[in-house]
Amino acid sequence: MAHSSDTENYLNHSKGLVSWLTTLDHKRIGLMYLFSVIGFFFVGGIFALLIRLELFKFGGHNLMDANTYNKVFTYHGAIMVFLVIIPSIPAALGNFILPIMVGAKDVAFPKLNLASYYIFMTGAVFAVVALFMRGADTGWTFYTPYSIRTNTTVILVLFGAFIAGFSSILTGLNFIVTIHKLRAPGLSWSRLPLFCWALYATSIIQVLATPVLAITLVLLCMERILQIGIFDPKLGGDPVLFQHFFWFYSHPAVYIMILPAMGVISEIIPVFSRKPIFGYKAIAYSSFGIALVAFLVWGHHMFVSGQAEFANFVFSLLTMFVAVPTGVKVFSWVGTMYKGSLHFHAPMLYALGFLELFTMGGLTGVFLATLAINVHMTDTYFVVAHFHYVMVGGTLMGLMAGIHYWFPKMFGKMYNEKAAQVAFWLIVIGFNVTFFPQFILGAQGMPRRYWSYLPEFTLLNRVSTVGSWLIGMGFVVAAYYLFHGIRNGKKALANPWNANTLEWQTSSPPPHENFLKTPVVTSWPYEYLPENTTMPVNA
Amino acid sequence: MFNQAFAGSVPLQGSEVAAQWDGLYSFLVWLSVFFFVLVVGAMIYFIITYRHDPQKRTKYITGSHWLEAIWIAVPTLLLMVIFCWGYFVYRNMVQAPSDAYEVRAIGKQWLWTFQYDNGRTSVGEVYVPMNRPVKIIMTSEDVLHSFFIPNFRVKQDVVPGMYSSVWFTATVPGKHQVYCAEYCGTSHSGMLAKLIVLDEDQWEAWNANQPLGEIPDAGADPSNSIAKSTSNANAVVQRDDLLTKRAAEIPAAAQLNLADQGKELYRNKGCLGCHSVDGTMKVGPSLKGVFGQKVELADGRVMKADENFIRSHIENPRATILKGYSSVMPTFKGLLTEAEMNALMAYIKSIK
Repeated sequence: MAHSSDTENYLNHSKGLVSWLTTLDHKRIGLMYLFSVIGFFFVGGIFALLIRLELFKFGGHNLMDANTYNKVFTYHGAIMVFLVIIPSIPAALGNFILPIMVGAKDVAFPKLNLASYYIFMTGAVFAVVALFMRGADTGWTFYTPYSIRTNTTVILVLFGAFIAGFSSILTGLNFIVTIHKLRAPGLSWSRLPLFCWALYATSIIQVLATPVLAITLVLLCMERILQIGIFDPKLGGDPVLFQHFFWFYSHPAVYIMILPAMGVISEIIPVFSRKPIFGYKAIAYSSFGIALVAFLVWGHHMFVSGQAEFANFVFSLLTMFVAVPTGVKVFSWVGTMYKGSLHFHAPMLYALGFLELFTMGGLTGVFLATLAINVHMTDTYFVVAHFHYVMVGGTLMGLMAGIHYWFPKMFGKMYNEKAAQVAFWLIVIGFNVTFFPQFILGAQGMPRRYWSYLPEFTLLNRVSTVGSWLIGMGFVVAAYYLFHGIRNGKKALANPWNANTLEWQTSSPPPHENFLKTPVVTSWPYEYLPENTTMPVNA
Repeated sequence: MFNQAFAGSVPLQGSEVAAQWDGLYSFLVWLSVFFFVLVVGAMIYFIITYRHDPQKRTKYITGSHWLEAIWIAVPTLLLMVIFCWGYFVYRNMVQAPSDAYEVRAIGKQWLWTFQYDNGRTSVGEVYVPMNRPVKIIMTSEDVLHSFFIPNFRVKQDVVPGMYSSVWFTATVPGKHQVYCAEYCGTSHSGMLAKLIVLDEDQWEAWNANQPLGEIPDAGADPSNSIAKSTSNANAVVQRDDLLTKRAAEIPAAAQLNLADQGKELYRNKGCLGCHSVDGTMKVGPSLKGVFGQKVELADGRVMKADENFIRSHIENPRATILKGYSSVMPTFKGLLTEAEMNALMAYIKSIK
């Protein structure tokens, strides 16, 4: 059905700033999250560029003093982890797409959804305010006793993260109930799209793990304010206990980061290969397998912390297991491409970029899970490279893939495909140039969180910095054509990618209540038959 | 060419275990290259072979049970092999021989100090013998640090309130770089040290307090070691040198050896009043031969009287009262510096 641009849709359903700020529409809430996350990404990204500028050591000089540098890397990590990577796909894309994908009018608890957004922003405000005071210089991991002793504005940042965590818990809760209770008629569990399965597994982790972080941050605040003596050895406390509490959340947190991205990839590859997803059941089960193992491996961040040898044995063994369901997914995605009919629009490019970068990140995870190797590599740039490959090369690529894939649906307009290709290559090439040398730096012994380094590490640090400029350029180009597309893009079809999931069976942008009539599902969403190889893409 | 590239990407093999580590590491690198080429190679091949062609149709495939079985079973098997290999090399890396030569290290913001059994101390440099197992027993005076010797592939966090250790048998003489590897504040990246491995003659000379002469960086060509060290001085990076100035080494003649320093402390701090060293029963148990033994506590637990047990007992005696004794020992928390604790520990170890 053709819709003119002045047809009623969720964007023009009501007008004015207040209608957005008080909206209960999951689509508008998703967009508010999206723009907030993008904003925080640029702030965190500027801190990243500052780190790499410092580490270039132009003419042998330091750009900033060590204390400032320590605050810069702390903020880079804290903003990216808590305000970008964890919320991004679930809160921005998940909020927008999940209800439509299950054929519902909204999430189960729309008011809770809006509350989640404001809670998120409140947490962010605390962290940003602290930046204008003495900031924080503890690293995003807040290890004790340093985080007890330092006189930077640690408590405000802890409080910000504490508050933002509730946003994560409530979003997870909302999604679980939505998936259980609001599926359209005919949408049985075996027909549930993989993005939904991914969000379900993610939501379980969000609900179970985040409270542990909340309590940990509160305990650290209490240690600083009331000297309760839980972590401070001067008061009889155990500093390593903090690490156990912290990683008990923060390890599952990385699966909160990656599972939704994997869900996005599972949607995009079949559509752009014009073929059913390979191994639907295995991919769905693997998400839950990963979520389960996620809770059992936190000690692999602590192999040299003073933890017992037996604990190290167990954590290393269990960590190895997480590679198996992860491998199942990667092999299945590649298998989906076999004998397909491949289209290479931006969503698919980012999905393929994900495959390359996440594979590197995942393989290097095996190195770090190996006890002997970890002893040398932990706390070096090898770890920094590993987690950037999986978090940026994984989650961020997934976010970019999803943004491009669902762009026409969200805005009713198309982004400029040529510009998207330019940005993609800048980002992917820039990423590899930035982070691959860091594996070598780490193996050679350069520790992380180092403001200065020995001369032998100069060349690779400089190469890495140049790579960061390419990434920066890529994202500036991306921001430009994406915002340009929102305002002036070509009108989009309801289903430009010729995809089967429910969100494509309604107009672009969708009406306020998502569907004019409740959809009825009669088939599996990955039923792409051999003749169905084309995509209309543009009107 | 791969071997050269590989060798450039890891530090020199400075210890016995480094070669084992490198073997495992190169296996993992090869394995990763294989799987990366497999996955990304297949991806690229499919990108080329199966790009959209309006004349061609796709094949309707939803899965393959045997393929899934293979790509679950084979990785699982490989991962188990990797885990076992990693665990066995790890054990070699962390289980020190009982006759290792011990040095005590204290990390504090932002320098390393070392105490030797012969009573000497050094700052920013640690001297060890070549071809003998060496164990460095460490603690922190303030926040977390980590003692990292890349040439030896060993690292261990240095934690306030407890002892941890690294051990190695150094096979390459000369200066090896040591880093702090746990973020500890302002000068974390300046908290460096040199681990100086001395051959037999040099070791004798050092113990006899004779001058050692210029010691090259490990693996460096000795003839241009001086040129190297000046070029390092003009290096690109300005190090924060406020806290890496070396204190003058205290000559051995003016210093008791570490165990004897401990013996003096044992008397002066009042330990001897309750704990004999010759087996006599006093208010507290005799410490003769106690180090390393299993001891039974009043609450039924059996623990090993190692460094960490003894230290925590000195700081918080009530928590670990021995069976048959009453809870009268006062706490010494805050009454001993880390250096004094190290001396006491050396003495208690020596009471056989």
